[in-house]
Amino acid sequence: MSPKTLYDKIWDAHLAHEAEDGTSLLYIDRHLVHEVTSPQAFEGLRMTGRKVRAPEKTIAVPDHNVPTTQGREDPNQMTEESRIQVQALDKNAKEFGVHYYPVSDIRQGIVHIVGPEQGWTLPGMTVVCGDSHTATHGAFGALAHGIGTSEVEHVLATQTLIQKKSKNMKVEITGKLMPGVTAKDITLAVIGETGTGGGTGYVIEYCGEAIRDLSMEGRMTVCNMAIEGGARAGLIAPDQTTYDYVNGRPHAPKGAQWEAALDWWKTLFTDEGAHFDKVVTLKGEDIQPVVTWGTSPEDVLPITGVVPSPEDFEGGKVEAARRSLDYMGLTPGQKLTDIEIDTVFIGSCTNGRIEDFRAVAEVVKGKKIKDGMRAMIVPGSGLVRLQAEEEGLAEIFKEAGFEWRLAGCSMCLAMNPDQLSEGERCAATSNRNFEGRQGYKGRTHLVSPAMAAAAALTGRLTDVRELV
Amino acid sequence: MEKFEKLQGIAAPMPLVNIDTDMIIPKVFLKSIQRTGFGVNLFDEMRYNRDGSEIDDFVLNKPQYRDAEILVAGDNFGCGSSREHAPWAIADFGIKCVISTSFADIFFNNCFKNGILPIVLPQEQVDVLMADAEKGANARMTIDLEAQEITTSDGQVITFDVDAFKKHCLLEGLDDIGLTMEKVGSIDTFEEQAAQARPWV
Repeated sequence: MSPKTLYDKIWDAHLAHEAEDGTSLLYIDRHLVHEVTSPQAFEGLRMTGRKVRAPEKTIAVPDHNVPTTQGREDPNQMTEESRIQVQALDKNAKEFGVHYYPVSDIRQGIVHIVGPEQGWTLPGMTVVCGDSHTATHGAFGALAHGIGTSEVEHVLATQTLIQKKSKNMKVEITGKLMPGVTAKDITLAVIGETGTGGGTGYVIEYCGEAIRDLSMEGRMTVCNMAIEGGARAGLIAPDQTTYDYVNGRPHAPKGAQWEAALDWWKTLFTDEGAHFDKVVTLKGEDIQPVVTWGTSPEDVLPITGVVPSPEDFEGGKVEAARRSLDYMGLTPGQKLTDIEIDTVFIGSCTNGRIEDFRAVAEVVKGKKIKDGMRAMIVPGSGLVRLQAEEEGLAEIFKEAGFEWRLAGCSMCLAMNPDQLSEGERCAATSNRNFEGRQGYKGRTHLVSPAMAAAAALTGRLTDVRELV
Repeated sequence: MEKFEKLQGIAAPMPLVNIDTDMIIPKVFLKSIQRTGFGVNLFDEMRYNRDGSEIDDFVLNKPQYRDAEILVAGDNFGCGSSREHAPWAIADFGIKCVISTSFADIFFNNCFKNGILPIVLPQEQVDVLMADAEKGANARMTIDLEAQEITTSDGQVITFDVDAFKKHCLLEGLDDIGLTMEKVGSIDTFEEQAAQARPWV
């Protein structure tokens, strides 16, 4: 048998039907659902009299619209439109009998944090959700990607997805990371290297010593942003770190089933000599703490750099860079560490897990954020919030001057009341710096949690290595 | 779904690269639970001032492009979120075909589910079509999906590739779910075998 990649193996294990032209029906093991991209899909089922084929494999949680302030069980805290969407999910989850974590449930949170936390996401699975950051689950060696609402309806009705196989891409990060460099810096550095379209048509497998050394939280951060590189999905082969994270979670297999699962999971790696259509290699030692300067995630530079000039680019990127600089209010040649910020957002499915908050606490412990700074920390789930409180992190944040919020997507995409105002400038641990992403005319610099914490203290983009 | 056959219409040029789904339909408009009505907010932040008045130099606000049915766009069109509201807004505006050198994967798939034909062409050919689109309303392009041909306003013919299955679905206006339901036997069999092989799932 010819050697296979990890992606090949998972694909083959889920092929329910394949037509002669390669159009395939891929069986879906886990379908995650949130309130923004699902109402039209459930409505479609209702109109055609169809049922959810596998409600036991379907997990719903509201996250995009929910307020992150106390007392949010009161529906009046939401705008009418948000309330309608959340209430539609309440109703649909109940009517179609899928697993559901409502706003009032301590386990509620961002769908991509809740899935792994509850043990729904397991190695070797296929996982989809009407959300591009489904790529997060690839950290477990699961084939996970975002789908549109028509596809949400298709999966609800048939538990399959019509797909054609993507190409294989390997991203290897060799060696060790330097102090102050995190998983977020890896994933941004890769996008800086490949561009936002560099992964289009591919499934990426991340490998190499620096990836192996990451915790599951770090691996989720890396895979989360595979989509910003254009890839359909990102994967990391499961290993002991994965098994240790999964073991004992509420929906993870137990007893004899655990042993059987483990036997299969241990076969989930890329065979020696398997073919990759594209290979990108970065040295771990070369990666620095990075920030974005523009309005595309590929606009990445080490924090020690300066704002580029449009003339540094070629083709269509020249005009895009000019537009970005104008939108961001930056001048070519300006030192990145001279950029003053007024807002800090720490959270999201990219960086809203416990390890992210520990990194922040390490930087801000016993210190105060800059006067006038608006800084918020939004846990990825109610359970992350609880753990951070138990570990004493929440106290550290509050003493430093941060707002300590309830779980949700929050200012990552600003569908709830957490938004930037016109001209405000934010150091954010989220995943997108698009125009208007965090609020109309708001300006976003993507950074790691440690870098966001450093910026909160100094009031400007800051090299965290100078503070610790 | 409405059938896509032959389209003759005005093409609007949008040479900017990396036009993302937040630009196509900002998140404040994602709160509807309907599939229609998004067209008025297509490209909202590029198209309108904060007070709701139109920004005159935005391409779709120019008189010659207000009825555009084709968009010729820069690289990596539709990058960003999975929101199908993006193609819903494009279709609702009346655009049925988008041409670029590359599209983001999820957006590309979402187009076909909504009767929109996304066409990928090499840079040189996109340049030709961009120049043609810049001529304005007198320059009408013809898109023939059956023949896989684009004809510019001055009669130049450019051929394009399209996945055979997706082409068939667009031409016939087929519903994916209905097609898959015809293979329910394969899904049942797979599900039984998978339950044996991986009972923990």
